[in-house]
Amino acid sequence: MPGTIPIALTVNGAPVSRAVEPRLNLVDFLRIDLGLTGTHVGCEHGVCGACTLLLDGDMVRGCLVLAVQADGAVVETIEGLSERGALRRLQDAFLARNALQCGFCTPGMLIAAAALLAQDPAPSRDAIRAHLSGNYCRCTGYHAIIDAVEAAAAKP
Amino acid sequence: MKPPSFDYVRPRSLSEALGILAARGDGARLLAGGQSLMPALNMRLLSPELVVDIGGLDDLRGIVERDGLVRIGALTRHVDLQRSAIVVRHVPLLAVAIDHVAHPAIRNRGTIGGSIAFADPAAELPACAVALQARMIVAGMAGTRIVPADEFFLGIYETALGPDEILVALEFDAVGPDQRSAFAELARRRGDYALVGLAAHARVDADRLDEVRLVYFSIGPTPVRARTAEALLTGRPLTRDTVTAAQAALAADLDPPADTQASSAARRQMARVLLARVVMELLDPVPIGAGG
Repeated sequence: MPGTIPIALTVNGAPVSRAVEPRLNLVDFLRIDLGLTGTHVGCEHGVCGACTLLLDGDMVRGCLVLAVQADGAVVETIEGLSERGALRRLQDAFLARNALQCGFCTPGMLIAAAALLAQDPAPSRDAIRAHLSGNYCRCTGYHAIIDAVEAAAAKP
Repeated sequence: MKPPSFDYVRPRSLSEALGILAARGDGARLLAGGQSLMPALNMRLLSPELVVDIGGLDDLRGIVERDGLVRIGALTRHVDLQRSAIVVRHVPLLAVAIDHVAHPAIRNRGTIGGSIAFADPAAELPACAVALQARMIVAGMAGTRIVPADEFFLGIYETALGPDEILVALEFDAVGPDQRSAFAELARRRGDYALVGLAAHARVDADRLDEVRLVYFSIGPTPVRARTAEALLTGRPLTRDTVTAAQAALAADLDPPADTQASSAARRQMARVLLARVVMELLDPVPIGAGG
């Protein structure tokens, strides 16, 4: 059996050190080792977007990164982003528009939408759809989500 | 699912990485951006003894243009290609194609070298490399060799890379003022694997094309050149008859597979549609960023 490998990283602003198995995904490390269960696990092969998180400021799939690859990195999850208010406008708009039902996809949707608004503050509906095409929602049919992102973008 | 157990090593230099591959050979897999390897591990399609993470080899990153050549390091991410002024200006086919590669979160990790070396028959970048006659710069213990894109892709997930070699960079000719590229693909959803795709490159003189390269993907085990159609589009005025003849010639050039996504006949029809679209684009290009 392969041994464990020590890693040290920053998660939601706090330093974290652990020893991990090489095969451990970053999203499982966050959920199981750190108890940060806001990042969800869906398909585990990069298709559904439920495990979307920020790695060194870039939106990535938590299921397609090994925890050992995050050694030395800065990770932010839905917990940290919510706490520091980075998603406030989007969260308010999702609530106002009922842009979620079961909520499983919502952390990923919020982070993906925030990444879009960071590069394009006033995206078209087509641009929103294209950008969110990598995040699956099995409840809402997407219209309310597109509405919410559009509404959040329009707010000053 | 979860990946099977493996050992992990993160070499600090190319020579260290090559040494590890030479020692471990077939039991080792290279990890670059991981956007193809990780799904394969998670689904247990692969179970390497050792994962060699080359993500720390910063020399393999970056885009440089010099004397009409553009060299792109293998670890250059899709998002870096998308944002590169050098790529937009000198290798615009890549800039257009990248927009169709998966989704933003994947493009933030996935690398050009990973996509080329993994050689997924449905991937965009291998077809672009063939259309542009890229040179693959391949390092091994004995030194570096250059493999033309035409000779690189051998089969499904199979390339000219040996088990102890690493793709370190790709080299492209900067496009000349009379050359143009075009790209089109059909997928069920934005970012999904293409049902059929086409990367094209040609010399354009008014309404005539020369040195035409039409490279289809997701239509065979490797990128597939439509040589008969290329010949029919070369050196004659691009009338409706010319394009129709080239479309008809695809019947001989392509032998598309049938799967749950599309029948062979549907793929043939899509290939004809894409041919007309890229010819239009070659003659009358839409500026990058202005189209869909």
